[in-house]
Amino acid sequence: MAKRVLVIEDEPNITEAISFILSRDGWTVHTHSDGETANERIKATPPDLIILDVMLPGKSGFDILRDLRAEEGTSDLPVLMLTARGQARDRELAEKLGVTQFMTKPFSNAEVLESVRALARD
Amino acid sequence: MPQRQLTGTRIRERRLDLGLRQADLASKAGISASYLNLIEHNRRRIGGKILNDLARALNVDASMLSEGTEKVVLDQLRSAAVEQNEIEVEIDRTEEFAGRTPGWAALVLAQARRIERLEGRVQALTDRLAHDPQLAASLHDVITAVTSIRSTSSILVGEEVIDRDWQTRFHRNIYEDSQRLAESSRALVQYLDAPTEDGGAPLSPNEEVEAEIEKNPDLLYTLVSGDRPELPYLRSRAAQSMMDGIFDRFAADVIKLPQGLFEKTAREMAYDPEKLARHFDVQIDVVLRRLALLRVEDGHPETALAICDRAGALTFLRNGAAFGLSRTGFPCPLWPIYEALTHPLRPLRQVVMFQGNDGQELLCYAVAVPTSPPSFEAPQLIEGVMLVIPRNPSAKRTELLVGPGCRVCQRSGCSARREPSILSEIEEVHQTF
Repeated sequence: MAKRVLVIEDEPNITEAISFILSRDGWTVHTHSDGETANERIKATPPDLIILDVMLPGKSGFDILRDLRAEEGTSDLPVLMLTARGQARDRELAEKLGVTQFMTKPFSNAEVLESVRALARD
Repeated sequence: MPQRQLTGTRIRERRLDLGLRQADLASKAGISASYLNLIEHNRRRIGGKILNDLARALNVDASMLSEGTEKVVLDQLRSAAVEQNEIEVEIDRTEEFAGRTPGWAALVLAQARRIERLEGRVQALTDRLAHDPQLAASLHDVITAVTSIRSTSSILVGEEVIDRDWQTRFHRNIYEDSQRLAESSRALVQYLDAPTEDGGAPLSPNEEVEAEIEKNPDLLYTLVSGDRPELPYLRSRAAQSMMDGIFDRFAADVIKLPQGLFEKTAREMAYDPEKLARHFDVQIDVVLRRLALLRVEDGHPETALAICDRAGALTFLRNGAAFGLSRTGFPCPLWPIYEALTHPLRPLRQVVMFQGNDGQELLCYAVAVPTSPPSFEAPQLIEGVMLVIPRNPSAKRTELLVGPGCRVCQRSGCSARREPSILSEIEEVHQTF
């Protein structure tokens, strides 16, 4: 059975591009664009891996990650965080909150694909 | 004769050196020739705005007029020497250097001032790049569009075959994102590519609003006359919105305290904010803002107005430079506006003496008022308002001395000091010799 990835990103064209390359790689891709309801969505249908943007409407990616790590069922869920804010303090914050991998935009498709494959293997 | 009484003499000497008539200089500085005559004969003490205006008209630093060229040059040379720490300078021979080679000394000072100005601009730009939310939002838009274009286009140029529907979709996405990128880039370039008139760093929205008001004081005086002026051209949307808010606020004050009646009553009550607030049954902060809109040209006292938020950040500053109030760096925490924040609704009246302002006494009225309704759910927001009026020195010694900010303040033993002064080393050198 194909592994499920949830892409939480509010930019539809980025979501579409990521979804396409992951689907073509054999993943079942689900998408979500709202920060506020993201944790409920994850809880309802837990994916095998999450690609998470930082700046989302309603609730930031950092807050979503913090809540994920506090929940027993999702505390180990692999999370690849994508952000346009590449400052060291953002990376430090993400690491402190328990991110699995941190990637700054603009990323290449190959980088995303490689990271997702690696996270799925771990 | 004490040195501070010679300001008038220095003004006269400088005017004569430039070949200016009293009437010419008076007109340039916006004062009457007879008043200038009194100043030049040391029969009127001046400081603040008038001193600054005269200095500007005479093309010299105000301190050159108030403290004398020699002392100022020596102090500035010593200051320039200690502010850098790469070269060991013979500070004990400063007087000899300035005396023997005055031209070289002037060059050193001019370059030190230029470095200081440039460092200020670099600092302003650095702060802006790091903290400006408008810039952060613009950059985010650009990066987001670039990310989308990069990701989508690399799918299209990849070796794998993509069906026609997906191709069409991705082409459309790239077109949309390139449009978005063009818009965001244009906005970003406009934002970054708008230097100030002097070619300096772009202004923050607050500074832009204040610079516009300083350049065009009629904006606020039109409000005082009961008309709403047209919103001037301001580069940033944030500045436009802030100017609109300032118009709203001052217009509301004018409705409570109409110009003719307020002007007359203010004169009769000797500009006493407490009496005026009681007389008109309004809060003192309204009176302080209103007094700041009375014009010197109409015979009212010169004033400065500062407004700060609960964190002490200045949200409005008018005419502050004339009295040493500044946005630059961290201001002196002893200004009464900060004391007022600790006792909301309790008005404060305090005479202060600003270090470096020729001993000018400043009468400060300050009050902090709530700006949000009381709530169990959120902190109470308050705002500090301070009106500053220069006044003739009294026989009684002023109790509170304030400074520009710790880094450039020479006062020793100040309990409010938050960091050492860069000038303290100069003091030590003076004491040694």
